[in-house]
Amino acid sequence: MKHLLSTRDLDRATAVRILDLAEDMAHTADREVKKLPALRGRTVVNLFFEDSTRTRLSFESAAKRLSADVITFSAKGSSVSKGESLKDTAQTLAAMGADAIVVRHPDSGAAHQLAHAGWIDAAVLNAGDGTHEHPTQALLDAYTLRARHFGAHSRGRDLAGLRVAIVGDILHSRVARSNVWLLTALGAEVHLVAPRTLQPHGMQSWPVTVHEHLDDALSLALDAVMMLRIQTERMHAAFFPSAREYAREWGLTAERFARLGPDTMVMHPGPMNRGLEISSAAADSSRSTVLDQVTNGVSIRMAVLYLLAAGSSGEPA
Amino acid sequence: MVARTVLHDADITRALRRIAHEIVESRRGDGRLVLLGIPTRGTVLAERLYTLIEEFDPGIAEWGSLDVTMYRDDLARSATRMPAPTVIPGSGVDESIVVLVDDVLYSGRTIRAALDAIVDHGRPRAVRLAVLVDRGHRELPIRADFVGKNIPSATSERVSVRLIETDGVDEVTIEP
Repeated sequence: MKHLLSTRDLDRATAVRILDLAEDMAHTADREVKKLPALRGRTVVNLFFEDSTRTRLSFESAAKRLSADVITFSAKGSSVSKGESLKDTAQTLAAMGADAIVVRHPDSGAAHQLAHAGWIDAAVLNAGDGTHEHPTQALLDAYTLRARHFGAHSRGRDLAGLRVAIVGDILHSRVARSNVWLLTALGAEVHLVAPRTLQPHGMQSWPVTVHEHLDDALSLALDAVMMLRIQTERMHAAFFPSAREYAREWGLTAERFARLGPDTMVMHPGPMNRGLEISSAAADSSRSTVLDQVTNGVSIRMAVLYLLAAGSSGEPA
Repeated sequence: MVARTVLHDADITRALRRIAHEIVESRRGDGRLVLLGIPTRGTVLAERLYTLIEEFDPGIAEWGSLDVTMYRDDLARSATRMPAPTVIPGSGVDESIVVLVDDVLYSGRTIRAALDAIVDHGRPRAVRLAVLVDRGHRELPIRADFVGKNIPSATSERVSVRLIETDGVDEVTIEP
């Protein structure tokens, strides 16, 4: 694996291998020295053209636990505001000796361009590009599902037979896209729930079942329901009449939460809009995996950084 | 060229039985033994040694597995290697006598990596090394405390350890 740009590039075996490796990485936190020397002397650059404290901290922490040197570059207050392009910024960072670049960018395809335009040699890890993909989020979601479902017997397992509903703003959600490809590659059955106005074109060709009404999806025996954040920053038109109506029709209200099966997980990529897409009753319950997802995110990012940056060629032995 | 078998299954069993006795005798006092195998075959051998020690002296030993992939000095020079799980027994390695177990001792670089890895898990009272085969050609100042068999070899020769758990047969072969 030279880059991680999209979960579409991951087949079942590769995905399971990443999840297994992330389990090994998770054990690092239980040790006396909570660091591994795998990326000693390597430089990981976090290149964030879009605000994201959580994802940035998660990647920073993952790279540091692998002993890498970490340089974080946030677009605000940088040369980007003076008009420096993605190419110039990337080449500057590559000239400083970056071995891996973690990139978040508001434009879909930015990570792909960075990896394949021939500007740089470093491994590129997509940390979210526009409304396209956010592969490590999908990997940590898959990890969380697998860990909760199989407990101590999760190693080597895929998600065959699990039924997951992803609910909300599918149109703008890179988390949803990455999850669709990854969860289906791992054998899960994926249901997407969104108001018509937030269903992307071409979704009919995706390997999923689409529902317009949340209650239809909730009548199925779901193993997990993943609530997406309503991304007000990407909402440049009126996609639903009001926040209150959205919450009533597509939010995981306390009443809907009470109807879920006793083992149905409640997932959310964070940060949550409480009272909009998710109620506090659901978010704070023992079936909520929100905090697990944050913890697991570090392990997944350690696994991916290891695979991309530890060896000489990036190809598995 | 054909492979020559230098240890048959009975030889391996006898060698492990002797090593198990030597480990117990070398314990001195009431030290707790933690046998840590280096994946893949070292882990198999650590479990076998543990089973033998349980026969002679129940309750004095524990066993686990110590992966050294991320501590190797050639990590950045070779293609990405997949690590194997590390399993440290619940009581940890602090104040224990750790016995590292591997199938073949050659350059000593794997053991160097293992010594670094151990330190990140705690501070053992002592660390010892048990290997089924010592084939020589050390590149570092490292030696084994317990050796199943010394097999002088040329660097061009290939020494292969096969074990029932991983390969379906117990044997050590050498081929040109």
